[in-house]
Amino acid sequence: MSLLQVKNLVVEFPHRRGTLRALDDVSFDIAPGEILGVVGESGAGKSITGAAIIGLLEPPGRIASGQILLEGERIDHLGPEQMRRIRGKRIGAIFQDPLTSLNPLYTIGQQLVETIRTHLPLSEKQAQERAVSLLRDTGIPAPEQRIDHFPHQFSGGMRQRVVIALALAAEPKLIVADEPTTALDVSIQAQIITLLKGVCKQHGAAVMLITHDMGVIAETCDRVAVLYAGRLAEIGPVHEVINHPAHPYTAGLMAAIPDITQDRERLNQIDGAMPRLNAIPPGCAFHPRCPQALAQCKSERPELLGAGATSAACWLHADKSVTLREPA
Amino acid sequence: MTALVQANDLAMTFDVSAPWLNRLIERRPRTLLRAVDGVSFEIEKGKTLALVGESGCGKSTVARLLVGLHEPSRGNLVFDGLDAHAIFKTPAGLKLRSRIQMIFQDPYASLNPRWLVQDIVAEPLIEHGLVSDPAELRARVGVLLSDVGLSPLDSFKYPHQFSGGQRQRISIARALATQPEFLVCDEPTSALDVSVQAQVLNIMKDLQRKLGLTYLFISHNLAVVRHVSDQVGVMYLGRLVELADKQALFGSPRHPYTRMLIDAIPKMTDTGRARTPVQGEVPNPLNPPLGCAFNPRCPHANERCRSERPNLLALAGIRIACHAVEEGRI
Repeated sequence: MSLLQVKNLVVEFPHRRGTLRALDDVSFDIAPGEILGVVGESGAGKSITGAAIIGLLEPPGRIASGQILLEGERIDHLGPEQMRRIRGKRIGAIFQDPLTSLNPLYTIGQQLVETIRTHLPLSEKQAQERAVSLLRDTGIPAPEQRIDHFPHQFSGGMRQRVVIALALAAEPKLIVADEPTTALDVSIQAQIITLLKGVCKQHGAAVMLITHDMGVIAETCDRVAVLYAGRLAEIGPVHEVINHPAHPYTAGLMAAIPDITQDRERLNQIDGAMPRLNAIPPGCAFHPRCPQALAQCKSERPELLGAGATSAACWLHADKSVTLREPA
Repeated sequence: MTALVQANDLAMTFDVSAPWLNRLIERRPRTLLRAVDGVSFEIEKGKTLALVGESGCGKSTVARLLVGLHEPSRGNLVFDGLDAHAIFKTPAGLKLRSRIQMIFQDPYASLNPRWLVQDIVAEPLIEHGLVSDPAELRARVGVLLSDVGLSPLDSFKYPHQFSGGQRQRISIARALATQPEFLVCDEPTSALDVSVQAQVLNIMKDLQRKLGLTYLFISHNLAVVRHVSDQVGVMYLGRLVELADKQALFGSPRHPYTRMLIDAIPKMTDTGRARTPVQGEVPNPLNPPLGCAFNPRCPHANERCRSERPNLLALAGIRIACHAVEEGRI
């Protein structure tokens, strides 16, 4: 059974002049222990997806329809108090900026012990021991001393390790990591990604990794979901999506990324920009920028269709005789 | 051919001491931060030098030195045969400044939200006294906007009406207004999404070809650097550790730090690759390690690396500051 199932999720932000649809009919699932990457450009709805799952949508944002199931149990309609018990215990969260996700007025030990004792029936002393072992697992040197330090006494990379330790504190089955390495330098990013992958495997946690960096996705994830304008454009095994993208948007995105291993005179560019939420075109949201748009694309919205090893929301895959053109 | 831009031993030291009274009472000495410590390079006309490195390595301070936003504590900048920082102080400085322009990282912060695009792009033209006739000014702004792929009609909009990529094009149009020869670009695409980054990088390359521009391109993204540059300088804690042609640097990186940086980048081709990243972090620049600044993280460090600071030496077509490479140990 899937650990997490997201079914036809719609997230809306009511607004003075109408309603903005930030997520529109998004469905996917995560298996136990799996790492699912979620990519997309700014405003595609990556973070909203994460926030909806952990029940931290900022009002007036709300889940307008659809379901979120954690181990077969609906969690999308739970009240704040019930959700608070699930968060931390069954779903852990890691955010982008480790400085703002830690309380500057408490030592990291106090924060870890508080989290552990909220969710697990442990004594102060046992919780303290567990905190030290978590810090050791996340590669913090001399955890016995460091536990009494305040967040400002740690560097950015070390802080993110503390945040990972916090997320793992109550042994959650799922961790939602929203851009966990974006604020870090590339050498630290490599350390954190390796760590996240390692400790989640060791603790048996599945990860939903939200990022805009395809390189991070390629190296870390088992499967990847590509979002565009609040809709799922493509989902499939990471190797397939990167090497044989089935959606023209994914293909364009891959070709736009400069490659460190080869020289190219010009980068492939996708002309135009992602539509604003109040002006999403009818039919497929990508059709105005799509080099292969058909007449059908302008009026009918495509469902996720099987395309080889992946699934893509693109009419090109309705008719098997049409093939995707490789971008130059 | 002589270089258009020549930096000789540029250094910038910031005084980050505690206030005078604290120093007096607590008997603390002055604290100096050596943000840039003896950086030399030259850029030929029409070429691109990229500077890479992690946060705090002094990349942006070099950029600010080159455009005259800081005055160097040591060393000088020779631009087209002229000592730039000496001339910046004289009345002729304005003319020289119009030949060197800068593009900043965040197009949301670098454009005044209360100005029309017309005023933003025209400001350098007015400031440098290049155009005063309103009709001509409008025409020039229109041409500049068309050059970067926007419409002349966009000049009567405000910055918030544009997306990030379009705003960065407005910044480029503004930087090009005085017809500069040298553009200093400080992380021009870091705030942009990849598909938009591709648009901006393509425009920058097209403009370089068309106008013969010389770029100093600062980035922490090595893949972008490989795409735009001719030469690459790698910085670590205020110093250049390796300076080489793009082909040499990416083909056979020599400095252990360069190798680490290239290896640390997640690559699209290695799905599921497991690796052992280099441990450790960039040391505190207020208290840099003795000898080579990279020695605490370097797998090849020996006694000499821990005590003697390596100088940037010319070696087989590249310039490198590493004892291990110099001695042939790696």
